[in-house]
Amino acid sequence: MNGTINAPSIEYAQLFPVLVVFAAAIAGVLVEAFAPRHLRKSIHVPLTLLTLAGAFIATVVTALGGLPATPVAMGAIAVDGPSLFIWGVILFLAFISTLLINDDEQFVAQAAAVPGSADEEDAVRSGFAQTEVYPLLLFAVGGMLLFPAANDLLMMFVALEVMSLPLYLLCGLARRRRLLSQEASVKYFLLGAFSSAFFLYGMALLYGYAGSVDLKAIGQALATVSNQETLLLVGMGMIGVGLLFKIGAAPFQAWKPDVYQGAPTAVTALMASTVLVAAFGAVLRVFWVALGNLDWDWRPVMWGVAILTMIAGAILAITQTDIKRMLAYSSIAHTGFLLTGVVATGAAEQNSKALSALLFYLAAYGFTTIGAFAVVTMVRDAGGEAGHLSRWAGLGKRAPLLAGVFAFFLLAFAGIPLTSGFFGKYAVFTAAVGGGALPLVVVGAVSSAIAAFFYVRVIVLMFFNEPAADGPSIAAPTTATSAVVALAAAVTVVLGVFPQPVLTLADQAASVLFIR
Amino acid sequence: MESPAEIIQHSGGVIGVSWLMIALPLLGAAILLLGGRRTDRWGHRLAIGMSVTAFLIAVISFFELLGLPEDERRRAIALYRFIPGMADMGVLIDPLSISFALLITGVGSLIHIYSIGYMAHDPDRRRFFSYLNLFVAAMLLLVLADNYVGLFIGWEGVGLASYLLIGFWQFKPSAATAAKKAFIVNRVGDFGLLIAIFTVWTGFGSVAFDKLSGTAVGEALKTGQVSQGSLTAIGLLLLLGACGKSAQLPLQSWLLDAMEGPTPVSALIHAATMVTAGVYLVVRSGGFFEAAPTAQLVVTIVGVVTLLAGAIIGCAKDDIKKGLAGSTMSQIGYMMLAAGLGPVGYAFAIAHLITHGFFKANMFLGAGSVMHAMNDEVDMRRYGGLYPVMKVTAITFIIGYLAIIGFPLLSGYFTKDGIIEAAMEHSSVLGWLAVLGAGITGFYMSRMIFMTFFGGRRWADDAHPHESPSVMTVPLIVLSVGSVFLGAFLILGNRLMLFLAPAVGRPEELPAFHAFSGPGLATLVLVAAGAAFAWVRYGAAEVPLVAPRGSFLTAFARRDLYGDALNEALFMRPGQWLTRIAVFFDNRGIDGLVNGLAAAIGGTSGRLRRVQTGYVRSYALSILFGAAVVVGALLYVGNM
Repeated sequence: MNGTINAPSIEYAQLFPVLVVFAAAIAGVLVEAFAPRHLRKSIHVPLTLLTLAGAFIATVVTALGGLPATPVAMGAIAVDGPSLFIWGVILFLAFISTLLINDDEQFVAQAAAVPGSADEEDAVRSGFAQTEVYPLLLFAVGGMLLFPAANDLLMMFVALEVMSLPLYLLCGLARRRRLLSQEASVKYFLLGAFSSAFFLYGMALLYGYAGSVDLKAIGQALATVSNQETLLLVGMGMIGVGLLFKIGAAPFQAWKPDVYQGAPTAVTALMASTVLVAAFGAVLRVFWVALGNLDWDWRPVMWGVAILTMIAGAILAITQTDIKRMLAYSSIAHTGFLLTGVVATGAAEQNSKALSALLFYLAAYGFTTIGAFAVVTMVRDAGGEAGHLSRWAGLGKRAPLLAGVFAFFLLAFAGIPLTSGFFGKYAVFTAAVGGGALPLVVVGAVSSAIAAFFYVRVIVLMFFNEPAADGPSIAAPTTATSAVVALAAAVTVVLGVFPQPVLTLADQAASVLFIR
Repeated sequence: MESPAEIIQHSGGVIGVSWLMIALPLLGAAILLLGGRRTDRWGHRLAIGMSVTAFLIAVISFFELLGLPEDERRRAIALYRFIPGMADMGVLIDPLSISFALLITGVGSLIHIYSIGYMAHDPDRRRFFSYLNLFVAAMLLLVLADNYVGLFIGWEGVGLASYLLIGFWQFKPSAATAAKKAFIVNRVGDFGLLIAIFTVWTGFGSVAFDKLSGTAVGEALKTGQVSQGSLTAIGLLLLLGACGKSAQLPLQSWLLDAMEGPTPVSALIHAATMVTAGVYLVVRSGGFFEAAPTAQLVVTIVGVVTLLAGAIIGCAKDDIKKGLAGSTMSQIGYMMLAAGLGPVGYAFAIAHLITHGFFKANMFLGAGSVMHAMNDEVDMRRYGGLYPVMKVTAITFIIGYLAIIGFPLLSGYFTKDGIIEAAMEHSSVLGWLAVLGAGITGFYMSRMIFMTFFGGRRWADDAHPHESPSVMTVPLIVLSVGSVFLGAFLILGNRLMLFLAPAVGRPEELPAFHAFSGPGLATLVLVAAGAAFAWVRYGAAEVPLVAPRGSFLTAFARRDLYGDALNEALFMRPGQWLTRIAVFFDNRGIDGLVNGLAAAIGGTSGRLRRVQTGYVRSYALSILFGAAVVVGALLYVGNM
């Protein structure tokens, strides 16, 4: 220790998917700085898509090449089965979200222009849209990849912020209803910062308890350090709050409807799918790896949170009148269903069953969600997207195919057999029963029934109500948007009829659980 | 008695990819439905290609199966895990399922081809072909699945396809109503099947056929794992499902109305394939029925009653398709009767099913050809004397006719006679009733022939009948060849029985075929008498254009034996009363509770919604409180 610093060893091969995303994000910033304005979009879109596709392929190659038995990058990042599965899902979902983001109608011409000002009019007339969206997206995706793979709390915190900061910005870039969008952005930022503070404080307390921020070290300290219980419990609670905020579990769900509604719908689609996947990965890693031996202590609390989340999501969704808010509450209810899998811990075999179920659910839910929001982007009237549910009345008569696909997504959310949603719920609830959480499953079934009510209500509204005379028009979808809807619908069908390949993949990813 | 062979896991060969039989028509249906108008021009060709390819796969699989030793001819191909811990997707290729696959794809392909001509002028021809493909896929899933869950998905799939096709001309209110009726009546049967599957699952912990063989059922009964009562319940519930799909009493009422669909549909779905699914179900579930004699007895009774009821209804119908539909009911009654006799009857049931598939499809398509020529007229009182103008249709139709009445050496002669003899051996009452049914068949089918092809021309003024194009007559010729020879081929030397033995078992003593046994002769005499009576009434005498009032019996038959009236009196009106009473109580009592609950949830929702103020400060406060609660709870639990 005489002043020399050893260069850290980095396993570039295993980290390639993450590195390539960050490199492309930085390249994107350079494009913003140096490329002429009219060229930027035509550089960004292929760059982003290629990067995401390349990172996806790299993930597959890494997965095929056998996995390291220990965390890489000096123990900071764990590239294990669950990480790779989550990476694959996130990259795939981000790829199709990019296709949605590619729609010019979504984003503001000049974010800095005051809404309603002459500046804004000029900007709109210029015909451009903010292209910073693409590098921001890539930074966020990079954070999402790191977040569930981080093997120490410090890395996890950095990843959390790298993921969140671009998202705060993206939320404020909606082209229409800009005030609502900016409000959503600020709200998300303030509350996100607030919850990060909890995370940080919790991390400090756990460091105080275990003398390390490494997840494995914390896990070992549980066995050896016997005093300072309070430090541990409070620290665990605070970290938990930070993470539960990100997945939108009750009582930390308040931001979700406001932000989902205000953000540009393409960004909502991205957040509602990928952030949930990444954040659940992080929740599992913290609670199963670092705090796994303490499950007797956190399980009852997590039970309470799960019950509260399922019920709050389902009940609050009933009185929603805005389609995006309804989907936000539906997402909260689904978070609750997923939490029933998180508490289903037990022996190693039970754990990998629960983990596999969660991974499958996350993948299935992600695709259906993006599909549903993609449909929302297509139903428009003079003021932009027709968000109010009354505007959706009789949509089945005007656009039978679109309404049919949307109805199908809703049925998948409700978990009707032969959709992916059924197998997701089936797998998670089976795992929960196996883990002794039968009462949770009962609550889950009851809230599914309540949730089915508001899903079916929208279907009834679309197909059995007379269309309003001045109802919304259906925007002729861009090829990219139709591709997203078709792909999401196809995945929802295939996972509902032929789930085995993905189930097997999830099983394999979950077989050795998390490495420490 | 010899029990069925073990099921062996299989891979490789064409059998290994036999799931393509299901996948290809399904893909065809998906392409045509999703592709929309773009596929209008070539859609029907794609559909036919898919169907014919499936037929080729079935044929090759059949020969591969024949190449295997006899006790290894039950091959399961595991496809993928479906519902973890309950049912996996897999295909079972055994003599029983491959027989059905050949029938479905063979007759199905012919009917696809025929439909090119029949639907040539329909603007929605592509949609029609996509539904036909959907039907073929679902029906193949039904018979090829290696477990009850897969079978059930196929079962619902054919129900859907049938609904879509009966109501294909939905602009006709009668077609829309008929489609709805078929769907609702089938729902009763489907629930029976569904509950049967639940009962099987709870009793045996599996829904896979290889875990539910006769031996396994006997074992479970011996160890007390399942009771005799629940086996009988399973049998009766399966029968209820079979009755719905196969239009057996008491769920027969939908089949006659289903003739509203285009004629190729009537031929494919409502004569040759789908309506025989009930027989398949009973034969496939032989393990349960053999262990539940009561259920078996009920099967035979249902079969006999339906075969008589269908024949009587057939006597009074002037609509050529409805006459054929009554006949279909009746013939499936024969199959059901045979299926209820256990292993002795299975082979005859399937043999009659296959030959019936041919001659009935033959006659339905013939009827379609006649209708095509007569401006879609279906009333036989407006036909007459058509033989000289459409010889191919007439001759093939008459071959089908001779086959169904059991004219010596034609298909029906062998298969129906087998059923009658087996029934006679079981119980003479059943046997003689079946003989009586054959006599009535002789009457109503001859009536149909005389009214359509012979006698005076009672055509409408604008009718100019002509022979149909060859795309319609060639399938007729192919089918009529089957109607002539198939029966002898399947029955002589017990060929089909020996072939099916690995799948369904066979009796210790093989039945011998007697050319002229007592019951056989009695049948022939009765059939001849029936035909002669028909000649007197409809061949020699003038057929009035308007149906005469007729006797009480005629009215009885004309009204479908008051089946609809009975349904209305027994179910519909009480049902309506029940709903009215229910609505009354619902409004007064239950609504209080339900609405109360709904209002409570809605009210809670409304109140909770106010928490969502939109103010960041109150959100932050809620996070703070939440954090306090979480940390407090953790401390509480941790220090407990």
